[in-house]
Amino acid sequence: MSRLVVTSIGPASSVQDGGRHGAQRYGLTVSGAMDRLALAAANTLVGNEPFAAAVEVGPFGATFTARDGAVRVAIAGAPRNADVAGKPVAMDTSVTLKDGEPLTLGFARGGAFTYLAIEGAIKGEPVFGSLAVNARAGLGSPYPRPLEAGDEFTVDAASGAPELRIELPKPASGPIRVVLGPQDDEFDDANKALFLDSEWKISATSDRMGYRLEGPAIKHLHGHNIVSDGTVNGSIQVPGNGAPIALMMDRGTSGGYPKIATVITADVGRLAQTSAGTGFRFKAVTMAEAQDEARKFQQLIRTLPDRLRSSDTIELNIEALSDANVAGYAVSAMDAGTWQVAAEP
Amino acid sequence: MAETLPPPRLLPSGDSAVTVEFSRTIDDAANERVLALDKALAAASIEGISETIPTYRSLLVHYDPGKIGFDALGEKLLAIAGQKLPPTTKARRWRIPVAYGGEHGIDLEDVAKALNTTPDDIVSRHVGGDYRVAMIGFTPGWSYLSGLDKSLHMSRRQSPRLFTPAGTISIGGVQAGIQCLAAPSGWHLLGRTPVRTYQLHRNPTFLTEPGDRVTFFAIDHKTFEELDRAAEAGEIVAERVDA
Repeated sequence: MSRLVVTSIGPASSVQDGGRHGAQRYGLTVSGAMDRLALAAANTLVGNEPFAAAVEVGPFGATFTARDGAVRVAIAGAPRNADVAGKPVAMDTSVTLKDGEPLTLGFARGGAFTYLAIEGAIKGEPVFGSLAVNARAGLGSPYPRPLEAGDEFTVDAASGAPELRIELPKPASGPIRVVLGPQDDEFDDANKALFLDSEWKISATSDRMGYRLEGPAIKHLHGHNIVSDGTVNGSIQVPGNGAPIALMMDRGTSGGYPKIATVITADVGRLAQTSAGTGFRFKAVTMAEAQDEARKFQQLIRTLPDRLRSSDTIELNIEALSDANVAGYAVSAMDAGTWQVAAEP
Repeated sequence: MAETLPPPRLLPSGDSAVTVEFSRTIDDAANERVLALDKALAAASIEGISETIPTYRSLLVHYDPGKIGFDALGEKLLAIAGQKLPPTTKARRWRIPVAYGGEHGIDLEDVAKALNTTPDDIVSRHVGGDYRVAMIGFTPGWSYLSGLDKSLHMSRRQSPRLFTPAGTISIGGVQAGIQCLAAPSGWHLLGRTPVRTYQLHRNPTFLTEPGDRVTFFAIDHKTFEELDRAAEAGEIVAERVDA
């Protein structure tokens, strides 16, 4: 066994997996990764099950150091500078840390959450089948709280498998898609239109429980108190002040505000990775379209292993370069055969 | 129950869940139908349904759109909800000990004043109630009860408290509650129970189920301390009475 030591880490970083399902009827929050696709991609790179437990690294930087042997890891999700002992590491690749070598992750540039998967996965004692941290309920393993410097994971010694990269489809751009309801009839047409036609920004006070949206005030037809009913990941509730809140993975299992719309499964991770202060819009789609997208998303997760490539094949990904440029980052090809976002502009 | 029941409304909750709504208000008959549908779905084991969450007036059904679509599932749900389902009255009953007033029920005196009566009278009305767990939500084990004596219905506090202790027994609006973990609350605190409706390493982890019957009985504060220690050690300390 090796150890992976958390040498430094910012707030809002914790162990997450596919979530804690089956006990919402008892009020138990689901939790789990904010960006399931990124979690699955990182896990796939090191041969784990897609929703195995990994480190969800929040927007700030972090350093992890291998001890008592080599450790193989992979990173995916919000892009950031990464290096192992000074040598750059690209997003969406695996890398092996030799005993004593640190992996350093910079601040997220766009998005918030990057997933660090460890070969053999993080080990702990599952509660309701999950190691996911739910800090409010004191659940999660091996640490039932956000990670702190000095924490460590006992992990498998690196297998020596060749390093891989994963070719993910170009992320969807454009509006975050929603299905109206369950309580869209608590709003008149003008306010539904206001919700769908306005530009929104995610407030800096958002967290894993909910993303507060800044924009016009949405008015209710009959007031803001409804009898509590069940919530889902991506429920958009409108409290009394008219400022919608998109409920995320640490949401309460029930809530008493009208829910105007629900983010489609395929776009919840995209919403999770929308940076605070960045303008975006919603778009209503039909149930048929939403379910079609949900099935495609499932198919994408299932077929992630088909997207693995040897990381030493030098293929400059023009599309990725151009995306990165569109996103406003200066990009340069690196000698490692991958591309890497240059220093902050 | 009438022969033909009004069909519930199917409200889309995104692409992987549907809310089956029986009523817009708190209504015992609707809650009974929610719990009956919940039970019937568990027995029917419909391919694709992963989890159900009963609430006062609706059942949230989580499902996998890769296994069943909204329309096909909706038809099945309406068909089952339209049947005359067996009532869920043969539930188990929990007798829950409560230390009323004092430091454990800081609002008891104010509630008595507001309702123009004595704290003892409030306790006897609360103890006299025959409750049902209508739903569990908000935080683990938080059991929302229907069946509160009408004379105890009163609006919630103007400003919610940011902290109320674990085990709080409270009333708010037409509802009564058993709260397991410390949490913010705008309800009126009448007492505390040593009973943990949720305790991680105990079997069962969750004590109450939606549909369970509940009655309360008063204990003194010394008994509370004794039972609280026993509960901390993993004892259930509620009395189970099977109907």
